[in-house]
Amino acid sequence: MKYRMGTALLSLIGFFVATYLYLYKIGKIPGIACGTGGCETVQASPWATFLGLPVALIGVAGYLGCLVLAMIGLQQGRERRHWSDALLLAGATVGVLFTGWLTYAEAYLIEAWCRWCLGSAAIITLLFLSAALGWRSLRPAA
Amino acid sequence: MKKFYYLLVVVGVVGAGVIGWQVMGTKNVVIPANVVVTAGDTAGFQGYIIGSDTAPVTIVEFADFQCPACEDFDTVQWPEVYDNLVATGKVRWIYKDWPIDGAHRYARLAMHAAACADDQGKFWPMKARLFAHQYQWSFGSGQYGKFREYATQVGVDGGPWDACMQSAKYAGRIQASSEEGARLGVNSTPTFLIAGQLYLGVQGSDQLRHTVDSLIAARPAAEGRPSARKAPARR
Repeated sequence: MKYRMGTALLSLIGFFVATYLYLYKIGKIPGIACGTGGCETVQASPWATFLGLPVALIGVAGYLGCLVLAMIGLQQGRERRHWSDALLLAGATVGVLFTGWLTYAEAYLIEAWCRWCLGSAAIITLLFLSAALGWRSLRPAA
Repeated sequence: MKKFYYLLVVVGVVGAGVIGWQVMGTKNVVIPANVVVTAGDTAGFQGYIIGSDTAPVTIVEFADFQCPACEDFDTVQWPEVYDNLVATGKVRWIYKDWPIDGAHRYARLAMHAAACADDQGKFWPMKARLFAHQYQWSFGSGQYGKFREYATQVGVDGGPWDACMQSAKYAGRIQASSEEGARLGVNSTPTFLIAGQLYLGVQGSDQLRHTVDSLIAARPAAEGRPSARKAPARR
Protein backbone atom coordinates (compact mmCIF):
# COMPACT_ATOMS: atom_id res chain seq x y z
CA MET A 1 0.00 0.00 0.00
CA LYS A 2 2.83 2.39 0.85
CA TYR A 3 4.20 2.04 -2.68
CA ARG A 4 0.82 2.96 -4.15
CA MET A 5 0.81 6.03 -1.91
CA GLY A 6 4.31 6.96 -2.97
CA THR A 7 3.40 6.49 -6.63
CA ALA A 8 0.30 8.68 -6.24
CA LEU A 9 2.27 11.43 -4.53
CA LEU A 10 5.03 11.37 -7.14
CA SER A 11 2.44 11.41 -9.92
CA LEU A 12 0.85 14.53 -8.46
CA ILE A 13 4.19 16.33 -8.13
CA GLY A 14 5.15 15.29 -11.66
CA PHE A 15 1.79 16.50 -12.91
CA PHE A 16 2.49 20.00 -11.57
CA VAL A 17 6.02 20.07 -13.01
CA ALA A 18 4.73 19.00 -16.43
CA THR A 19 1.85 21.48 -16.22
CA TYR A 20 4.30 24.29 -15.44
CA LEU A 21 6.41 23.37 -18.47
CA TYR A 22 3.34 23.08 -20.70
CA LEU A 23 1.93 26.44 -19.60
CA TYR A 24 5.29 28.01 -20.37
CA LYS A 25 5.35 26.30 -23.75
CA ILE A 26 1.97 27.75 -24.74
CA GLY A 27 2.83 31.19 -23.39
CA LYS A 28 0.57 31.26 -20.34
CA ILE A 29 3.59 31.70 -18.10
CA PRO A 30 5.91 34.48 -19.27
CA GLY A 31 9.23 33.13 -18.11
CA ILE A 32 10.57 29.88 -16.87
CA ALA A 33 12.50 29.92 -13.61
CA CYS A 34 15.54 28.13 -14.91
CA GLY A 35 18.55 30.32 -14.21
CA THR A 36 20.75 28.92 -16.96
CA GLY A 37 18.82 29.70 -20.15
CA GLY A 38 18.93 25.99 -20.90
CA CYS A 39 15.19 25.61 -20.37
CA GLU A 40 14.53 28.16 -23.13
CA THR A 41 16.85 26.29 -25.46
CA VAL A 42 15.33 22.90 -24.70
CA GLN A 43 11.76 24.18 -24.99
CA ALA A 44 12.52 25.85 -28.32
CA SER A 45 14.19 22.73 -29.73
CA PRO A 46 12.49 20.21 -32.06
CA TRP A 47 12.76 17.62 -29.26
CA ALA A 48 10.20 19.56 -27.22
CA THR A 49 7.56 18.20 -29.60
CA PHE A 50 6.71 14.54 -30.21
CA LEU A 51 4.25 13.38 -32.88
CA GLY A 52 3.00 16.95 -33.16
CA LEU A 53 2.31 17.26 -29.45
CA PRO A 54 4.33 19.26 -26.92
CA VAL A 55 6.33 16.80 -24.82
CA ALA A 56 5.21 18.68 -21.71
CA LEU A 57 1.57 17.98 -22.60
CA ILE A 58 2.38 14.28 -22.97
CA GLY A 59 3.92 14.54 -19.49
CA VAL A 60 0.77 16.16 -18.09
CA ALA A 61 -1.39 13.35 -19.50
CA GLY A 62 1.06 10.66 -18.40
CA TYR A 63 1.36 11.84 -14.82
CA LEU A 64 -2.40 12.34 -14.59
CA GLY A 65 -2.92 8.78 -15.84
CA CYS A 66 -0.45 7.46 -13.27
CA LEU A 67 -2.23 9.40 -10.52
CA VAL A 68 -5.62 7.98 -11.50
CA LEU A 69 -4.25 4.42 -11.66
CA ALA A 70 -2.49 4.77 -8.30
CA MET A 71 -5.70 6.08 -6.73
CA ILE A 72 -7.67 3.16 -8.19
CA GLY A 73 -5.07 0.80 -6.71
CA LEU A 74 -5.38 2.50 -3.33
CA GLN A 75 -9.14 1.93 -3.32
CA GLN A 76 -8.64 -1.84 -3.52
CA GLY A 77 -7.52 -2.05 0.06
CA ARG A 78 -6.04 -5.51 -0.53
CA GLU A 79 -2.43 -6.56 -0.82
CA ARG A 80 -3.11 -8.23 -4.13
CA ARG A 81 -2.17 -7.13 -7.60
CA HIS A 82 -4.88 -5.30 -9.47
CA TRP A 83 -5.11 -4.48 -13.15
CA SER A 84 -4.42 -0.84 -12.25
CA ASP A 85 -1.05 -1.86 -10.78
CA ALA A 86 -0.11 -3.60 -14.02
CA LEU A 87 -1.14 -0.61 -16.11
CA LEU A 88 0.71 1.73 -13.77
CA LEU A 89 3.90 -0.28 -14.05
CA ALA A 90 3.56 -0.42 -17.83
CA GLY A 91 2.93 3.33 -18.03
CA ALA A 92 5.84 4.14 -15.72
CA THR A 93 8.12 1.92 -17.81
CA VAL A 94 7.16 3.74 -21.00
CA GLY A 95 7.57 7.05 -19.17
CA VAL A 96 11.03 6.28 -17.85
CA LEU A 97 12.21 5.07 -21.28
CA PHE A 98 10.79 8.15 -22.99
CA THR A 99 12.42 10.39 -20.39
CA GLY A 100 15.70 8.56 -20.87
CA TRP A 101 15.58 9.41 -24.56
CA LEU A 102 14.77 13.05 -23.80
CA THR A 103 17.63 13.29 -21.34
CA TYR A 104 19.96 11.82 -23.96
CA ALA A 105 18.67 14.46 -26.40
CA GLU A 106 19.41 17.21 -23.88
CA ALA A 107 22.95 15.94 -23.34
CA TYR A 108 24.03 15.14 -26.89
CA LEU A 109 21.60 16.67 -29.40
CA ILE A 110 20.44 19.95 -27.86
CA GLU A 111 23.50 20.32 -25.62
CA ALA A 112 21.55 22.24 -23.01
CA TRP A 113 20.09 21.26 -19.68
CA CYS A 114 16.62 22.14 -18.48
CA ARG A 115 16.45 21.80 -14.71
CA TRP A 116 12.68 21.28 -14.75
CA CYS A 117 13.07 18.48 -17.29
CA LEU A 118 15.74 16.90 -15.11
CA GLY A 119 13.39 17.25 -12.15
CA SER A 120 10.69 15.47 -14.11
CA ALA A 121 13.20 12.78 -15.10
CA ALA A 122 14.01 12.21 -11.43
CA ILE A 123 10.31 12.03 -10.56
CA ILE A 124 9.44 9.50 -13.27
CA THR A 125 12.46 7.39 -12.28
CA LEU A 126 11.33 7.32 -8.65
CA LEU A 127 7.77 6.69 -9.79
CA PHE A 128 8.92 3.73 -11.87
CA LEU A 129 10.90 2.32 -8.93
CA SER A 130 7.92 2.80 -6.64
CA ALA A 131 5.57 1.09 -9.11
CA ALA A 132 8.02 -1.79 -9.65
CA LEU A 133 8.65 -2.34 -5.94
CA GLY A 134 4.91 -2.09 -5.32
CA TRP A 135 4.27 -4.75 -7.95
CA ARG A 136 6.86 -7.02 -6.33
CA SER A 137 5.42 -6.53 -2.88
CA LEU A 138 1.87 -7.45 -3.90
CA ARG A 139 0.61 -11.00 -4.09
CA PRO A 140 -0.68 -12.22 -7.45
CA ALA A 141 -4.35 -11.61 -8.08
CA ALA A 142 -6.57 -14.42 -6.88
CA MET B 1 -4.41 6.46 5.27
CA LYS B 2 -6.09 9.67 6.35
CA LYS B 3 -2.67 11.32 6.73
CA PHE B 4 -1.80 10.32 3.20
CA TYR B 5 -4.91 11.98 1.80
CA TYR B 6 -4.15 15.12 3.80
CA LEU B 7 -0.66 15.13 2.35
CA LEU B 8 -2.04 14.63 -1.15
CA VAL B 9 -4.43 17.57 -0.68
CA VAL B 10 -1.64 19.79 0.69
CA VAL B 11 0.62 18.98 -2.28
CA GLY B 12 -2.31 19.59 -4.64
CA VAL B 13 -3.18 22.94 -3.10
CA VAL B 14 0.45 24.13 -3.01
CA GLY B 15 1.09 23.00 -6.60
CA ALA B 16 -2.10 24.58 -7.92
CA GLY B 17 -1.34 27.76 -5.98
CA VAL B 18 2.18 28.09 -7.38
CA ILE B 19 1.01 27.51 -10.94
CA GLY B 20 -1.96 29.87 -10.51
CA TRP B 21 0.34 32.54 -9.13
CA GLN B 22 2.67 32.12 -12.12
CA VAL B 23 -0.20 32.41 -14.59
CA MET B 24 -1.94 35.33 -12.88
CA GLY B 25 1.34 37.14 -12.45
CA THR B 26 1.90 37.31 -16.19
CA LYS B 27 3.13 40.74 -17.16
CA ASN B 28 1.28 42.21 -20.07
CA VAL B 29 3.58 44.92 -21.31
CA VAL B 30 2.95 46.68 -24.59
CA ILE B 31 5.32 49.25 -26.01
CA PRO B 32 3.17 51.48 -28.19
CA ALA B 33 4.24 52.63 -31.63
CA ASN B 34 3.43 56.03 -33.10
CA VAL B 35 3.47 57.77 -29.75
CA VAL B 36 3.87 61.54 -29.83
CA VAL B 37 7.54 62.27 -29.24
CA THR B 38 8.29 64.96 -26.70
CA ALA B 39 11.53 66.82 -26.12
CA GLY B 40 11.93 64.95 -22.86
CA ASP B 41 12.02 61.63 -24.68
CA THR B 42 15.38 62.32 -26.23
CA ALA B 43 16.87 64.81 -23.78
CA GLY B 44 20.52 63.89 -23.24
CA PHE B 45 20.24 60.78 -25.40
CA GLN B 46 21.98 60.49 -28.74
CA GLY B 47 21.83 56.72 -29.06
CA TYR B 48 23.76 53.94 -27.38
CA ILE B 49 27.36 55.03 -27.73
CA ILE B 50 30.52 52.98 -27.45
CA GLY B 51 34.06 54.04 -28.33
CA SER B 52 36.27 57.04 -27.87
CA ASP B 53 34.76 60.54 -28.00
CA THR B 54 37.85 61.62 -29.96
CA ALA B 55 37.60 58.84 -32.54
CA PRO B 56 38.07 60.27 -36.06
CA VAL B 57 35.06 58.43 -37.50
CA THR B 58 31.55 58.03 -36.17
CA ILE B 59 29.33 55.23 -37.40
CA VAL B 60 25.62 55.22 -36.64
CA GLU B 61 23.89 51.87 -36.92
CA PHE B 62 20.12 51.72 -37.30
CA ALA B 63 18.95 48.23 -36.39
CA ASP B 64 16.03 46.13 -35.25
CA PHE B 65 16.53 43.31 -32.73
CA GLN B 66 14.12 41.06 -34.60
CA CYS B 67 15.75 41.55 -37.99
CA PRO B 68 17.72 38.46 -39.12
CA ALA B 69 20.25 40.53 -41.08
CA CYS B 70 20.93 42.63 -37.97
CA GLU B 71 21.42 39.44 -36.00
CA ASP B 72 23.83 38.27 -38.68
CA PHE B 73 25.80 41.49 -38.43
CA ASP B 74 25.85 41.49 -34.66
CA THR B 75 26.88 37.89 -34.15
CA VAL B 76 29.31 37.53 -37.07
CA GLN B 77 30.72 40.96 -37.90
CA TRP B 78 30.35 43.03 -34.75
CA PRO B 79 33.01 41.25 -32.63
CA GLU B 80 35.62 41.98 -35.32
CA VAL B 81 34.31 45.48 -35.92
CA TYR B 82 34.57 46.17 -32.23
CA ASP B 83 38.08 44.77 -31.89
CA ASN B 84 39.47 46.40 -35.04
CA LEU B 85 37.67 49.72 -35.15
CA VAL B 86 36.04 50.61 -31.83
CA ALA B 87 38.57 49.26 -29.35
CA THR B 88 41.42 50.75 -31.38
CA GLY B 89 39.94 54.23 -31.09
CA LYS B 90 39.24 54.64 -34.79
CA VAL B 91 35.46 54.60 -34.54
CA ARG B 92 32.84 55.92 -32.18
CA TRP B 93 29.84 53.61 -32.64
CA ILE B 94 26.27 54.78 -32.09
CA TYR B 95 23.51 52.20 -32.06
CA LYS B 96 19.97 53.41 -32.76
CA ASP B 97 16.63 51.62 -32.85
CA TRP B 98 14.73 51.39 -36.09
CA PRO B 99 11.75 49.08 -35.57
CA ILE B 100 10.11 47.41 -38.55
CA ASP B 101 6.68 47.27 -36.99
CA GLY B 102 4.74 45.31 -39.58
CA ALA B 103 7.09 42.38 -39.83
CA HIS B 104 8.63 42.39 -36.36
CA ARG B 105 5.91 42.44 -33.74
CA TYR B 106 8.27 42.05 -30.79
CA ALA B 107 10.89 44.54 -31.97
CA ARG B 108 9.75 47.44 -29.80
CA LEU B 109 9.41 45.24 -26.75
CA ALA B 110 12.98 44.01 -27.31
CA MET B 111 14.19 47.59 -27.82
CA HIS B 112 12.51 48.65 -24.62
CA ALA B 113 13.99 45.67 -22.80
CA ALA B 114 17.44 46.81 -23.93
CA ALA B 115 16.69 50.42 -22.96
CA CYS B 116 15.69 49.31 -19.48
CA ALA B 117 18.89 47.24 -19.24
CA ASP B 118 20.76 50.40 -20.23
CA ASP B 119 19.36 52.07 -17.11
CA GLN B 120 21.65 49.70 -15.22
CA GLY B 121 24.57 50.08 -17.63
CA LYS B 122 23.91 46.77 -19.37
CA PHE B 123 22.80 47.79 -22.86
CA TRP B 124 25.70 46.21 -24.75
CA PRO B 125 25.56 42.77 -23.13
CA MET B 126 21.76 42.84 -23.40
CA LYS B 127 22.00 43.74 -27.08
CA ALA B 128 24.36 40.82 -27.65
CA ARG B 129 22.05 38.46 -25.82
CA LEU B 130 18.94 39.62 -27.67
CA PHE B 131 20.59 39.07 -31.03
CA ALA B 132 22.23 35.78 -30.06
CA HIS B 133 18.89 34.39 -28.84
CA GLN B 134 16.76 35.93 -31.58
CA TYR B 135 15.66 32.46 -32.69
CA GLN B 136 14.18 31.84 -29.24
CA TRP B 137 11.94 34.86 -28.98
CA SER B 138 11.09 35.92 -32.54
CA PHE B 139 8.30 33.38 -32.65
CA GLY B 140 5.98 31.81 -30.13
CA SER B 141 5.07 33.51 -26.92
CA GLY B 142 6.43 34.49 -23.53
CA GLN B 143 8.68 37.24 -24.87
CA TYR B 144 8.54 39.32 -21.70
CA GLY B 145 9.74 36.43 -19.58
CA LYS B 146 12.49 35.59 -22.03
CA PHE B 147 13.72 39.20 -22.12
CA ARG B 148 13.62 39.29 -18.34
CA GLU B 149 15.69 36.15 -18.17
CA TYR B 150 18.26 37.56 -20.60
CA ALA B 151 18.38 40.77 -18.56
CA THR B 152 19.02 38.97 -15.31
CA GLN B 153 21.61 36.77 -17.01
CA VAL B 154 23.63 39.84 -17.97
CA GLY B 155 23.46 41.16 -14.43
CA VAL B 156 20.40 43.40 -14.50
CA ASP B 157 18.37 43.68 -11.30
CA GLY B 158 14.94 42.32 -12.25
CA GLY B 159 12.89 44.57 -9.94
CA PRO B 160 13.84 47.97 -11.39
CA TRP B 161 13.86 46.41 -14.86
CA ASP B 162 10.24 45.26 -14.36
CA ALA B 163 9.22 48.74 -13.21
CA CYS B 164 10.93 50.29 -16.22
CA MET B 165 9.19 47.88 -18.59
CA GLN B 166 5.79 48.42 -16.99
CA SER B 167 6.16 52.18 -17.36
CA ALA B 168 6.98 51.91 -21.09
CA LYS B 169 8.94 55.11 -20.47
CA TYR B 170 11.21 54.67 -23.47
CA ALA B 171 8.42 54.24 -26.03
CA GLY B 172 8.85 57.86 -27.10
CA ARG B 173 12.60 57.54 -27.41
CA ILE B 174 12.28 54.47 -29.62
CA GLN B 175 9.76 56.32 -31.77
CA ALA B 176 12.09 59.34 -31.98
CA SER B 177 14.88 57.09 -33.18
CA SER B 178 12.56 55.56 -35.75
CA GLU B 179 11.53 58.99 -37.04
CA GLU B 180 15.13 60.17 -37.16
CA GLY B 181 16.09 57.17 -39.28
CA ALA B 182 13.18 57.76 -41.62
CA ARG B 183 14.21 61.41 -42.06
CA LEU B 184 17.72 60.29 -42.98
CA GLY B 185 16.40 57.85 -45.58
CA VAL B 186 16.64 54.59 -43.67
CA ASN B 187 14.18 52.08 -45.10
CA SER B 188 15.66 48.76 -44.03
CA THR B 189 17.92 47.34 -41.36
CA PRO B 190 20.71 47.29 -40.69
CA THR B 191 21.63 50.66 -42.16
CA PHE B 192 24.87 52.43 -41.34
CA LEU B 193 25.47 56.16 -41.49
CA ILE B 194 29.15 56.84 -42.11
CA ALA B 195 30.45 60.32 -42.82
CA GLY B 196 27.08 61.46 -44.06
CA GLN B 197 26.50 58.51 -46.32
CA LEU B 198 24.03 55.67 -45.80
CA TYR B 199 25.18 52.09 -46.29
CA LEU B 200 22.24 49.73 -46.56
CA GLY B 201 22.44 46.11 -45.50
CA VAL B 202 24.99 44.04 -43.65
CA GLN B 203 28.51 45.41 -43.95
CA GLY B 204 31.41 43.04 -43.61
CA SER B 205 34.04 43.92 -41.04
CA ASP B 206 36.65 44.15 -43.81
CA GLN B 207 34.43 46.51 -45.80
CA LEU B 208 33.94 48.70 -42.77
CA ARG B 209 37.63 48.72 -41.98
CA HIS B 210 38.42 49.71 -45.54
CA THR B 211 35.82 52.50 -45.42
CA VAL B 212 37.07 53.78 -42.09
CA ASP B 213 40.72 53.65 -43.10
CA SER B 214 39.89 55.56 -46.29
CA LEU B 215 38.08 58.22 -44.32
CA ILE B 216 40.91 58.56 -41.84
CA ALA B 217 43.42 58.83 -44.68
CA ALA B 218 41.33 61.49 -46.43
CA ARG B 219 40.65 63.60 -43.36
CA PRO B 220 39.20 66.14 -43.00
CA ALA B 221 36.22 64.84 -44.97
CA ALA B 222 33.30 67.10 -45.72
CA GLU B 223 29.99 65.76 -44.55
CA GLY B 224 27.08 66.37 -46.86
CA ARG B 225 23.50 65.25 -47.05
CA PRO B 226 23.25 61.48 -46.72
CA SER B 227 22.93 59.48 -49.89
CA ALA B 228 22.12 55.81 -50.12
CA ARG B 229 24.53 53.14 -51.24
CA LYS B 230 23.38 49.56 -51.45
CA ALA B 231 25.76 47.03 -50.02
CA PRO B 232 26.55 43.94 -52.04
CA ALA B 233 24.27 41.10 -51.08
CA ARG B 234 25.99 38.74 -48.67
CA ARG B 235 23.47 35.92 -48.84
